[in-house]
Amino acid sequence: MPKDNSTVEGGIGAATTRREDIRFLTGEGQYTDDINLTGQAHAVFARSDVANGVIKSIDTTAAEAMPGVLAIFTGEDFVEVGGNPAGWLINSRDGEPMKEPKRPVLAHGKVRHVGDAYAAVIAETKQQARDAVEALEVEIEELPAVIDMASAIEGGGLVHDEIDTNICFDWGWIEDNRAATDEAIKNAPHVTTLELVNNRLVPNAMEPRASTADYNPGTDEYTLYTTSQNPHLTRLLISAFVLGIPENKLRVVAPDVGGGFGSKIYHYGEEALVLAAAKKLKRPVKWTATRSEAFLTDAHGRDHVTKIELACEKDGTFIAFRTETMANVGAYLSNFSTATPTFLHGTLMAGNYTVPNVYVNVKAVFTNTAPVDAYRGAGRPEATYSIERIIDMTARELGMDPVELRRKNFVKPDQYPFASAAGLEYDSGNYDRQMDKLEKMIDREGFAARRAESEAKGKLRGLGVNAYIEACGIAPSNLVGVLGSRVGLYDAATVRVNATGNLSVMVGAHSHGQGHETAFPQVVADMLGIEAASIDIVHGDTAKIPFGMGTYGSRSLAVCGSAVVRATEKIIAKAKKIAAHMLEASDADIELKDGQFSVAGTDKSVSFGEVALKAYIPHQFPIEDIEPGLEETAFYDPANFTYPSGAYACEVEVDPETGKVTVERFAAADDFGNIINPMIVTGQVHGGLGQGIGQALVEQTAYDSDGQLLSASYMDYAMPRADDLPFYQVDHDDGTPCTHNPLGVKGCGEAGAIGSPPTVVNAVVDALQSGGHEVTHVDMPLTPSRVWSAMQG
Amino acid sequence: MYDFEMIRPTTIADAVAALGDEDAQALGGGQTLIPTLKQRLAMPSTLVSLGAISEMRGVCMSDAGEVCVGGATPHAVVAAEATAYPGLAALAGHIGDPAVRNRGTVGGSLANNDPSACYPAAALASGALIITNTREIAADDYFQGMFTTALEEGEIITEVRFPVPEMSHYEKFVQPASRFALVGVMVAKFADGVRVAVTGASEEGVYRWTEAEAALSDDFSAGALADLTVSSDGMISDLHGSGDYRAHLVKVMTGRAVTAAA
Ligand SMILES: Cc1cc2nc3c(=O)[nH]c(=O)nc-3n(C[C@H](O)[C@H](O)[C@H](O)COP(=O)(O)OP(=O)(O)OC[C@H]3O[C@@H](n4cnc5c(N)ncnc54)[C@H](O)[C@@H]3O)c2cc1C
Repeated sequence: MPKDNSTVEGGIGAATTRREDIRFLTGEGQYTDDINLTGQAHAVFARSDVANGVIKSIDTTAAEAMPGVLAIFTGEDFVEVGGNPAGWLINSRDGEPMKEPKRPVLAHGKVRHVGDAYAAVIAETKQQARDAVEALEVEIEELPAVIDMASAIEGGGLVHDEIDTNICFDWGWIEDNRAATDEAIKNAPHVTTLELVNNRLVPNAMEPRASTADYNPGTDEYTLYTTSQNPHLTRLLISAFVLGIPENKLRVVAPDVGGGFGSKIYHYGEEALVLAAAKKLKRPVKWTATRSEAFLTDAHGRDHVTKIELACEKDGTFIAFRTETMANVGAYLSNFSTATPTFLHGTLMAGNYTVPNVYVNVKAVFTNTAPVDAYRGAGRPEATYSIERIIDMTARELGMDPVELRRKNFVKPDQYPFASAAGLEYDSGNYDRQMDKLEKMIDREGFAARRAESEAKGKLRGLGVNAYIEACGIAPSNLVGVLGSRVGLYDAATVRVNATGNLSVMVGAHSHGQGHETAFPQVVADMLGIEAASIDIVHGDTAKIPFGMGTYGSRSLAVCGSAVVRATEKIIAKAKKIAAHMLEASDADIELKDGQFSVAGTDKSVSFGEVALKAYIPHQFPIEDIEPGLEETAFYDPANFTYPSGAYACEVEVDPETGKVTVERFAAADDFGNIINPMIVTGQVHGGLGQGIGQALVEQTAYDSDGQLLSASYMDYAMPRADDLPFYQVDHDDGTPCTHNPLGVKGCGEAGAIGSPPTVVNAVVDALQSGGHEVTHVDMPLTPSRVWSAMQG
Repeated sequence: MYDFEMIRPTTIADAVAALGDEDAQALGGGQTLIPTLKQRLAMPSTLVSLGAISEMRGVCMSDAGEVCVGGATPHAVVAAEATAYPGLAALAGHIGDPAVRNRGTVGGSLANNDPSACYPAAALASGALIITNTREIAADDYFQGMFTTALEEGEIITEVRFPVPEMSHYEKFVQPASRFALVGVMVAKFADGVRVAVTGASEEGVYRWTEAEAALSDDFSAGALADLTVSSDGMISDLHGSGDYRAHLVKVMTGRAVTAAA
């Protein structure tokens, strides 16, 4: 696996167009908000308009008397139930476990960020619920907001009174390497230091969050329709931690989901609220976020402030990376928020390089802002940005070519498996080859001429490069368990061959833009030698699929796809037995090719369809040896992360009069291992690049010192648009296969967002320096005003 | 939104009568008003749509050679039909996106007088006449600070008359998120002098940059601006740019507008 030249139409390697797009593009998608249940009531939340405050009183009397009002909930109603937990336990350098203040369903006692929900009204109509929310008589005593991370660490106000600090944890990675790294830096001939900000991002999925709960008093069963990237995980969190509804009584359905980018991994209080309300009212209860609620309450991304040092020899050989980072976790710990700045970030801090010393310190800080969690790339963009920015700066200081400096320190193809100084074992890669490709794609040699052309127009032109590695396919339960994960990170699939020979494949990964409904059947079709069109993927419903940990960290194909392979292998094994019986041969002699089971060396064969039918109509069937039916389940837990890598380059023009940056060219040479559907992979790269360039140039999340979100709508929060982006050159051919999963695949969903921000910033710095500006760094987003200010010195 | 009534009169007289009710409000293209209602920031009892009043829609030429735009004319129509005044047509054609241009109206834009909107710059640089159901107001008297105009309660803009300059151009530097003007400058060269109107920059809303007008009236070239400085006093300072940056852009955009004027 995979086959070099698939003989199956639409099998592995085919650029099949996405079958799910037909329903999305014709408006036939079924999103959570499209689901309307008979008798449903509507929930609207009362949200804090101050960042930090004591809830003195909530008088619901007037609101309760309003037309259509069915119930009002406040934090008081949930004191007996559990909090929404963090999925990873991180220990501080001193061995103390992280601080874990409770994250309640509704704020109780205190509100901690603008948008924090402290009450919810359920009414016959949404309009009535909204009217009643306005009629709540609420007294909140505003306290000074804790916004800036450095001040939050120093003390002053507290986000959570029950812990006497705003520091969630102070983590060192790898703590045992700290002294050696310090020593190496002290003695190094050259040290570059850079302070940078990895800007906070609002995820902005096209579909806002929505949840509808249904309760059946006859069976005591609940159904939650919700915008989730991982329905099983949501069920687990609600069952085991928050409401205590037994898993066997709770069905979670995530139908079509209009984008997640991480923000829909997590369980949110609104889901628990609608479940509790549905039970109380014995009626379905629906909630759909407004865009404003999405801005204020979806878990944001990134928000790191980092000091990084790179020590090297005079010839550019890397000696050590050392970083000190403040990572904003916002007001409450979201489910992955403690993993993202630590194990998804610190472990990647050796980059693609043979650097012998790495030490990473991360302080996670509570502030009166929306929770911050994994967002496309999750930790790896933060690592890549720091590393690749400082390498560029070092190259300038040493007067070296930035590509040559990287090449000098690359892990070489004969060094795999390679134990990085940040604690991971890279299984495969070829960074020089990616860089070779890249230099051709971007036409590095032609750059000087293009720069001259730009200068003739009065523009500055810059070229930026980058190399990245990331860890995907998260992954091995044993490893993540050691690193603090409270869950396992395997995945599961059931392959059901129906009696008439078509297949339903139930997968734990949820598809919300990734194209699983197209790509996964390609794998099964290839293995069975049947057409992909006869195979359907079933996902997003805990009642239909065996189990799954969901979609994030570019894990779907590497982990869940591997489970599909394992389950299909079991199908083949059993089908061969059935075929052997039908052909009166021994199963060892049965071969499967092009959908036909044949006896080796003979012309005797039965088709896949005939075997399927036999499994379900087991007349004259060796019932003592083989069970009827043809359905198999596999759980797959990989041996390691996968390590996609790549090299990116971009050329920008800067208008020196206005500071406006335009991306003129962008080339991405990625290594994703084997490719199942190159068209989908290209689309994933394009999307990731758009997000990464958006982060680099336009996306700006700003809170003022009172904790008001200044960029709370599209009037102030810029999203990248088509005319902000160039036509990309992408290449992901000839990857180095992952060595430990059956498909040899690595994952491609986040790479673009990981590799592009430093590429763009490197290019802008290059452009500014070419214009004689002594600018060594500009913090993202590189808006015209920031670039112009940087040029003013 | 709160509940409201909606009526669609077909004559100016009926619209004015309906607006006489307390808490009635005019609805142009709804591109500003509808989002405001959705956020429950306004609570009109009746919306009086101006969209069905045919005498308030369309572009024509006056006998004096002015381009006359009906107060309820959408931007897209101005972009397509104000061919006699290319600078105006181009300005209208770069407001928002196609959906906004097909609904948003000149009357709504001028009534709202958003400090970052484009039309106020066109009206002021052209020395336009704003015609309402009761009177005619010169652009120089009409704009009275951000979101503030000479309009009285219930008064509606029925038409705007734009004198056509010999040469003109609107140079817009967009705010990256809203794509309204971070700074927009309309330069209009008439036989008797140059008018320069700046939007997006000042806390007082759209204004005329008189020093530039004087310099350009003598010498209509970007170079004529070389010795001028723009103070950042009173300039808007926000997420998207400081007052200094806006002041700088005023000069840069003015120069570019002059160079591009046709
Ligand atoms: C996404 C987006 C992008 C935009 N980009 C730009 C841009 O780049 N540049 C720009 O200039 N504008 C921009 N706009 C604003 C838009 O072009 C409209 O001009 C503006 O929203 C107001 O016009 P309207 O007809 O929609 O007015 P409405 O929203 O209907 O009304 C606005 C106000 O004017 C009043 N009103 C409406 N018509 C009249 C009238 N004839 N007489 C008196 N009062 C009246 C209403 O009562 C209300 O108070 C944008 C809007 C959106 C939504």
